[in-house]
Amino acid sequence: MEKLLNWVDERFPLTASYKAHLSEYFAPKNFNFWYFFGSLALLVLVIQIVSGIFLTMHYKPDAALAFASVEYIMRDVDYGWLVRYIHSTGASMFFVVVYLHMFRGLIYGSYRQPRELIWIFGVIIYLVLMAEAFMGYLLPWGQMSYWGAQVIINLFAAVPVIGEDLSIWIRGDYVVGDATLNRFFALHVIALPLVLLGLVVAHLVALHEVGSNNPDGVEIKKLKDEHGKPLDGIPFHPYYTVKDILGVVVFLMVFAAIVFFAPEMGGYFLEYNNFIPADPLKTPEHIAPVWYFTPYYAILRAVPPILGSQFPGVALMGVAVLIFFLLPWLDKSPVKSIRYRGPKFKIALTLFVIAFIGLGILGILPATELYTWISRVLSVVYFAFFLLMPWYTRNDSVKPVPERVTK
Amino acid sequence: MSETSVDVSKRRFLVTMSSAVGGVAALGATVPFVLSMNPSARAKAAGAPVEVDLSKVEPGMLLAVEWRGQPVWVVQRTPEMLELLGKHDDKLTDAASDSSGQQPEYCKNPTRSIKPEYLIVVGICTHLGCSPTFRKEIGAADLGADWAGGWFCPCHGSRFDLAGRVFNGSPAPTNLVIPPHKYLSESKVLIGEDQGAA
Repeated sequence: MEKLLNWVDERFPLTASYKAHLSEYFAPKNFNFWYFFGSLALLVLVIQIVSGIFLTMHYKPDAALAFASVEYIMRDVDYGWLVRYIHSTGASMFFVVVYLHMFRGLIYGSYRQPRELIWIFGVIIYLVLMAEAFMGYLLPWGQMSYWGAQVIINLFAAVPVIGEDLSIWIRGDYVVGDATLNRFFALHVIALPLVLLGLVVAHLVALHEVGSNNPDGVEIKKLKDEHGKPLDGIPFHPYYTVKDILGVVVFLMVFAAIVFFAPEMGGYFLEYNNFIPADPLKTPEHIAPVWYFTPYYAILRAVPPILGSQFPGVALMGVAVLIFFLLPWLDKSPVKSIRYRGPKFKIALTLFVIAFIGLGILGILPATELYTWISRVLSVVYFAFFLLMPWYTRNDSVKPVPERVTK
Repeated sequence: MSETSVDVSKRRFLVTMSSAVGGVAALGATVPFVLSMNPSARAKAAGAPVEVDLSKVEPGMLLAVEWRGQPVWVVQRTPEMLELLGKHDDKLTDAASDSSGQQPEYCKNPTRSIKPEYLIVVGICTHLGCSPTFRKEIGAADLGADWAGGWFCPCHGSRFDLAGRVFNGSPAPTNLVIPPHKYLSESKVLIGEDQGAA
């Protein structure tokens, strides 16, 4: 065995990679609950890829066949219902895990210097994930698939001058049709997953280059023992592999409970209207995107047309997502973690969370005058969190940060 | 020739030039891929005109037909509907149908039609492409006592009157599109072809 390992090591850095990324990769010893979600996101990615492969074995990317092929998977393919429910539940759980993972970054300042690139790769992953989820949602070719895609692609048509041609180019037809379904299938099953995998590798390579942040926001690499190991670091394996496995077990219990007992999640994971085949002549009474897009959808609806153009609303929705990129440079606080931040940041973050969840709820509800006004207020709060950040982080009364991590 | 006498500037020039030429080639290579995503010849040819028999449309009723994959509505407006049409011009964004491209020249009139009683309109909301719901009940409870009949878009709440004109305060920026159409006879209309000189 040892000889075989030596043989491999002379040709491929197997042991060296194992040491560099697991057994001698030192992570801060004070990780808490919030640090489960990175590895869980990786787990969901694997679940989605594997379940997706098995779905493509039976699915037909053809406007005339797609809806029936999904029902065929549900009824006639052995365990097809399970594979499909795993995939649909996985899509929503991906966003649950990613939103919690991003929130962890917000509270502990994990986007701050020197981790700006980790954050940027992460935001790109989030964007690609949105595209991946949106394109996947068209494939069952139900009413919500169809009209959701119709609305989102028309967002691009709102771009001045080139918009109309751009939306036709995206659809490959003058309306959402077979060409659109076929190309979304191609992008959903091959192009975007490849991009996603590449980005995840970049995210992890950057993370392992600078090392993890932690709930105290102190750099563990500053203080090392005589062997050059960080005093507050412990090897990722076995300590955090074991911790993460615990997280995986709990997560899979929740996951399985949803798959087996509530795969539609009351219409939030799989919308009821999507069990009706796509009908280009009739929009369902009430259409709303899947829950993970609703905060942005509410922002879109909150903006009235300006100068006879709906572009401002579309642009603001885009900015609402892209503004995350700027976070490392908007935050001027001398400390990273919320544990040592002052009240201003804590209030701002609380308001932001209320705005984000509030917009998410409003995005599901029908647009009434009152709701539109609440959306406008919450949209202002959403943007104020980012745009006022240089001011309120600089003037906050921060607490002294300890040299070493605390318990 | 010794190793120290490398012509750095020549090397830089060659690297720059070959990178530039290679970059142009790479860019050129993407063109066929990008263009392959445009509508195919088959998709372009699929926009054939549709013939509609107006005798099937009863007064106050809406018939939806498919033209270029889009719903096109044919509505026969009753005299009461036509009468109410002129009474809310002040609440409309574009009462006189001034914005071009939303209707053919021959439909640029108060009823936005060739024959006042028949409205022929593309049933796609000019906001984000949903298909609005036909709400002909006058004074519908959820749309307000002054509702004179028209369309309500379920997606984002845009409102249109029975000439497809958008009400102020709707997210939709413009009136619904009137497609090119012409009458073949008293009760037959062809959607997708202009009323030419013929």
